[in-house]
Amino acid sequence: MAMAALRREGRRFAPLLSPRPIAAAAPRSSPSFLSPEEDVPFGARSISTQVVRNRMKSVKNIQKITKAMKMVAASKLRAIQIRAENSRGLWQPFIALLGDTPSIDVKKNVIVTVSSDKGLCGGINSTSVRLSKGLLKLNSGPDKEPKYVVVGEKAKVQLIRDSRKHIHLTISELTKIPLNYTQVSVLADDIIKNVEFDALKIVFNKFHSVVSFIPTVSTVLSPEVVEREVESGSGKLGELDSYEIEGGSTRGETLQNLAEFQFSCVMFNAVLENACSEMGARMSAMDSSSRNAGEVLDRLTLTYNRTRQAAITTELTEIISGASALEG
Amino acid sequence: MFRHAAKLLRRPVPTTSPAAAAVSRRPFSSDLPAAETADPAFVEAWKKLIPNIDPPKTPLSFMQPRPATPASIPTKLTVNFVLPYASELSAKEVDMVIVPATTGQLGVLPGHVPTIAELRPGLMSVHDGNDVTKYFVSSGFAFIHANSFADIIAVEAVPIDRIDANLVQKGLAEFTQKVNSASTDLEKAEAQIGVDVHSALNSALTG
Repeated sequence: MAMAALRREGRRFAPLLSPRPIAAAAPRSSPSFLSPEEDVPFGARSISTQVVRNRMKSVKNIQKITKAMKMVAASKLRAIQIRAENSRGLWQPFIALLGDTPSIDVKKNVIVTVSSDKGLCGGINSTSVRLSKGLLKLNSGPDKEPKYVVVGEKAKVQLIRDSRKHIHLTISELTKIPLNYTQVSVLADDIIKNVEFDALKIVFNKFHSVVSFIPTVSTVLSPEVVEREVESGSGKLGELDSYEIEGGSTRGETLQNLAEFQFSCVMFNAVLENACSEMGARMSAMDSSSRNAGEVLDRLTLTYNRTRQAAITTELTEIISGASALEG
Repeated sequence: MFRHAAKLLRRPVPTTSPAAAAVSRRPFSSDLPAAETADPAFVEAWKKLIPNIDPPKTPLSFMQPRPATPASIPTKLTVNFVLPYASELSAKEVDMVIVPATTGQLGVLPGHVPTIAELRPGLMSVHDGNDVTKYFVSSGFAFIHANSFADIIAVEAVPIDRIDANLVQKGLAEFTQKVNSASTDLEKAEAQIGVDVHSALNSALTG
């Protein structure tokens, strides 16, 4: 009430003072007009809210964009998750037959890193790259030559920086058309034709849930290595000798077909799981991004209001002091 | 005041889609609850060389281990029939399975000797008591283990009643014509594959 009385006093005396402050005050209260910076005369103070207002607009736009990206990732995840779960039975028979020996000692290791083409998906690509580098270190020795086959742009960019000479083949834009088995089997065929390998190690992120992705490495052995292990008679592969081969082909030929088939099945599952993980990681990254944008917006709003109120208070103080100077 | 409102409005990471919510409640929705096995040699070697990063998981830790070979022949055969886009049969107990191996139809009963068989396009039938389910399988592999587990992995399989006989005849005629008019080896091989598949389809439908 005292404030209201002062305000009325100020307004009564305002026209007697220089008209400049009022003209300056008017555009400030209706922000759609010219900015106060252009209107300020020499010597008069002006606190700018335009800069803060611009920032608020851009942060709000960022929040909208990241929310939209999260919705898109959620809908894509729903579609691809069903297919990834259905393909999970595909590699189990191979492990049941041949066992899983990631620590096998071979000369030519080929590390197939599966990653995404697009970014803004959290840390899954960095995890895959770190694991691949670890595997390279694990498998490097005097006469061993490990190589990379990189699927996806993001891992290629990271690996090219320091392991350029180890990269044998890169594949990108795999997910441009919806993934299907035919496409992946052609890709697997290409890789097998172009790379000599004793063991293929496929590094990917297995989809566990929307917030958790498990880095996994699947091993596929070449028929020669399998034959060698069978002869040595140790472990799961040693029991392979007891299996009869149906048909006229020798065990070597059957193992060749088996290795190719196993690689295409494992690749199919790996690519699907990685795509799922990418969508899930993007969802959580975009969600935390929009939440962060919301917090920044709140802080900016407070700053904006404070600035605006300070400007009004300054105006009032000038008017009141001017009025009381005239009186007294 | 508005600062607290922002905190109240903060939600946990949303599980918006029902599928995602179902998965997060039920981890490994299609992987069976596994005995957490991992290759110890691999884990050790990794930890020695790269101590800062956790070793990656291997597929062995994601699947249930198979039972050992029993002393006496079990009464039922456990069949896993998987395709790239679905698991048709998973751990189903049946009496007999007939698969189209490259050398002909192979009948599998419980206690069959361990075998690895490559499949050719043909008819596969699953016998359980009096029910017989027939599928046309494109190609793949069949593993028969000593513990009366049969794994059949096929690239494509269709239940027989979904096949249209007219289209089969038309396809057969078309590919036979292509074989005759093929110029390069590749075209001839492709056309021959078409003829093989269609004639197998034909005999599966009629036989």
